[in-house]
Amino acid sequence: MTTSEASTIGLTHGGSEDTGLGNRGPQSKNIVVPYGFWLFVLSDMVLFSALFATYASLVHATNGGPVTSQLFNRTNVAIETLALLISSFICGLAVIAAKRKEMLWTLIFLFLTGFFGFVFLVIELTEFAGMIAIGAGPQRSAFLSAFFTLVGCHGAHITAGLLWIGTMMAQIWAKGFQPHVTRRLLCLSVFWHALDIIWVAIFTIVYLIGTLP
Amino acid sequence: MFGRLTWASIPFNQPIPLITSIVVLSVVLAVVAWITIKGWWPYLWNEYITSTDHKRIGIMYIVLALVMLVRGFADAIMMRTQQAISVGASQGYLPPEHYDQIFSAHGTIMIFFMAMPFVIGLMNFVVPLQLGVRDVAFPTMNNVSFWLTASGALLVNISLFVGEFARTGWLGFPPLSETQFSPGVGVDYYLVSLQISGVGTLLTGVNFVTTILKIRAPGMSYMRMPVFCWTSLAANLLIIAAFPVLTVALGLLMLDRYLGFHFFTTDGGGNSMLYMNLIWVWGHPEVYILALPAFGIYSEVVSTFSGKPLFGYRSMVFATLAICIISFMVWLHHFFTMGAGADVNAVFGIASMIIAVPTGVKIFNWLFTMYGGRVRFTVPMHYAIGFMITFVIGGLTGVLLAIPPVDFVVHNSLFLIAHFHNVIIGAVVFAVMAGYTYWFPKAFGFTLDERIGKAIFWLWFIGFYFAFMPLYALGLMGATRRLQHYDDPSWQPYNIVALFGAILILFAIALTVVQLIYSIRTRDRRRDLTGDPWDGRTLEWLTLSPPPHFNFAVLPDVHGEEAYWTRKQTAIREEQLIEEPNYEPIEMPINTPTGVIVAFFASLCGFALIWHIWWLVILGLIGAFAILVWYAWRDEHDHVIPVEEVQRLERERRRVRNALLQELIKTT
Repeated sequence: MTTSEASTIGLTHGGSEDTGLGNRGPQSKNIVVPYGFWLFVLSDMVLFSALFATYASLVHATNGGPVTSQLFNRTNVAIETLALLISSFICGLAVIAAKRKEMLWTLIFLFLTGFFGFVFLVIELTEFAGMIAIGAGPQRSAFLSAFFTLVGCHGAHITAGLLWIGTMMAQIWAKGFQPHVTRRLLCLSVFWHALDIIWVAIFTIVYLIGTLP
Repeated sequence: MFGRLTWASIPFNQPIPLITSIVVLSVVLAVVAWITIKGWWPYLWNEYITSTDHKRIGIMYIVLALVMLVRGFADAIMMRTQQAISVGASQGYLPPEHYDQIFSAHGTIMIFFMAMPFVIGLMNFVVPLQLGVRDVAFPTMNNVSFWLTASGALLVNISLFVGEFARTGWLGFPPLSETQFSPGVGVDYYLVSLQISGVGTLLTGVNFVTTILKIRAPGMSYMRMPVFCWTSLAANLLIIAAFPVLTVALGLLMLDRYLGFHFFTTDGGGNSMLYMNLIWVWGHPEVYILALPAFGIYSEVVSTFSGKPLFGYRSMVFATLAICIISFMVWLHHFFTMGAGADVNAVFGIASMIIAVPTGVKIFNWLFTMYGGRVRFTVPMHYAIGFMITFVIGGLTGVLLAIPPVDFVVHNSLFLIAHFHNVIIGAVVFAVMAGYTYWFPKAFGFTLDERIGKAIFWLWFIGFYFAFMPLYALGLMGATRRLQHYDDPSWQPYNIVALFGAILILFAIALTVVQLIYSIRTRDRRRDLTGDPWDGRTLEWLTLSPPPHFNFAVLPDVHGEEAYWTRKQTAIREEQLIEEPNYEPIEMPINTPTGVIVAFFASLCGFALIWHIWWLVILGLIGAFAILVWYAWRDEHDHVIPVEEVQRLERERRRVRNALLQELIKTT
């Protein structure tokens, strides 16, 4: 019997036949780690979708309090959005710099990513503080509860991202571009871009529709 | 300093929780003392607590599940006793505020801390072995998942000693669970412990979907995966898609309670039906997160003990995925009485009935697998057959409940209680008991006692019918769920019969402990020396029992749908084993205390949240973050098992296998 015949019936190692999908054996860590992180990001999207659904079903439950068009300011939100999009763009630059193993540029870009994220957060918190000051805090009505929770949950993600960016910078600086460090940076950028996508949805569903004449 | 926590939080004046607390604490202290005297801590720490080995983590999950089974069952038998005596003038022995905590704790514990850990434990142990690989995708995260689940279980049980548990049922429906109506810490215990264990479950979902889709032995293409792997994949996809919604539902309720938001309150524009929708968008898929892996276990058991490949493998896979998808389209059948109108109710009613179709496909597949097979009536096979009979009855009452007009009549009655116990005990509990018996020799190298195992099965099986068939009748007679007391004396005989059934199940659980101890003591005459005690068909039976740390010296090459069976038949036909491989050193992930330390801080943080001890909440969060950074900073990730060690273990396996082969050749 020839070797190939023997292998097809399983007397030698290797040579399992190709049946199409998924017979390649275990994937490398460079595939597995981002893949797992993508799944986590998807679960985060589900979390936000539940918050969007909550917002949509409570947006008119204003309890006699302020309604969307009285509260939101498009200019403010435009600046906020711009800050976040710039931050995301620079995050992309950081990943490219890391690929070229340019330590200084990676750190600078990561710092700028965090900086613009911080600007976004400050604008958001100012908006929140202003609303609370005029008596439109989350305890006022179900609509405002839903608004603060949806937008605030995104803000909490940004805060967590800032913490991650800081830790990531320290780690890159301390450990250099080791494979596991670069993989983490890639996950961070996936996370940061995903928050952008969520923001675009918030921008549209909460602010744009909310300020329609 | 200590928020709401005072000495008055300890139930000194309530004899039942106080005595229970003292007994439980004594047992825990005795176990700790025993381990200390025996000097087992280093072993436990190195081999289990900090282990990243999927097999060890799986075993820890199952131990947690068995302990919680005892706790949850203690609640159950207290309820049944109360209902058997609390009629007319008698108020029974449990006051309403205590009884309400018991039924809430029973449901919460049985679903989140018994069924979930049991199913996840079996997946942990079995899936990487069946896929022919060495570990899951993220071994450390796996350990973290387990400890977060354990942390949630710990908090639920602390509520027994310190404060109280929720009185709002296992899903904590508002507005009853709002501060206005439940000002105590009970609901906070419920919310916080489920949030913590929910994170653990979500990470498990991510881990297993990645593992099954990205880490399989060469040649293990999708349509060659064992059905248990398919059902695990479907269950974990459901975890990823459904658990975030649970997090949101519970999180919004927490915002209501902690910060005075108005999501589900009766004032401020809140809408409690929103909570119903959110919780059941998670809740119905959750049923299938438990049931699908159970179906996978039956598929493995029926095929193995019928000595035949699974009938209709492809239809089984498609049925699994169909259930996976449809399970997201039926949530409203849990509250037809909300009043969404005939159209909406009809859509969800029909969708609920449609789910019975793929489930029916599965039942027929198992029956046809048995048909013409040489069926061996082992303990797991008993459970499988008991399941098919019981589950069909539960499924039929489910289809009845899916008809909105019928549901309006029996909504929240004992008929419903009987229905879901019928499907959850009939499918999930029988399955985990079957899986526990089936894979026990793989985990520990010896089988469980068959005679006692059959006694356990019959006690569960008969006990179930005695305990729950009367509830169907009671439900139709008008008995609603969660009654601490009732006036109609004609209900009492049914409740006494149900108590008798619960006592039979009590004996089943007691015998499970006896079986374990007896089997350990007589392990020398029940050793599994071959690694293949049941004449198995999937890859976990290829390796030794218990498997070495690395599972497989070389990753097996998969030919055909039944990877191990094909290889075994080839060996028998050719009268030789596969050629000896080239041994290579194997890298395995190192142990880490990260999981147990993160869970420690999570428990601290959770406890502080429940009692409003804000400084401790912050301390807990900082601690958890610090330990994760500490983990991220380590430089050593793997340890190498030297080639000599691999060769020694694999040669030993080949020696054993050759002996088995000679025996098989003789008998065929």
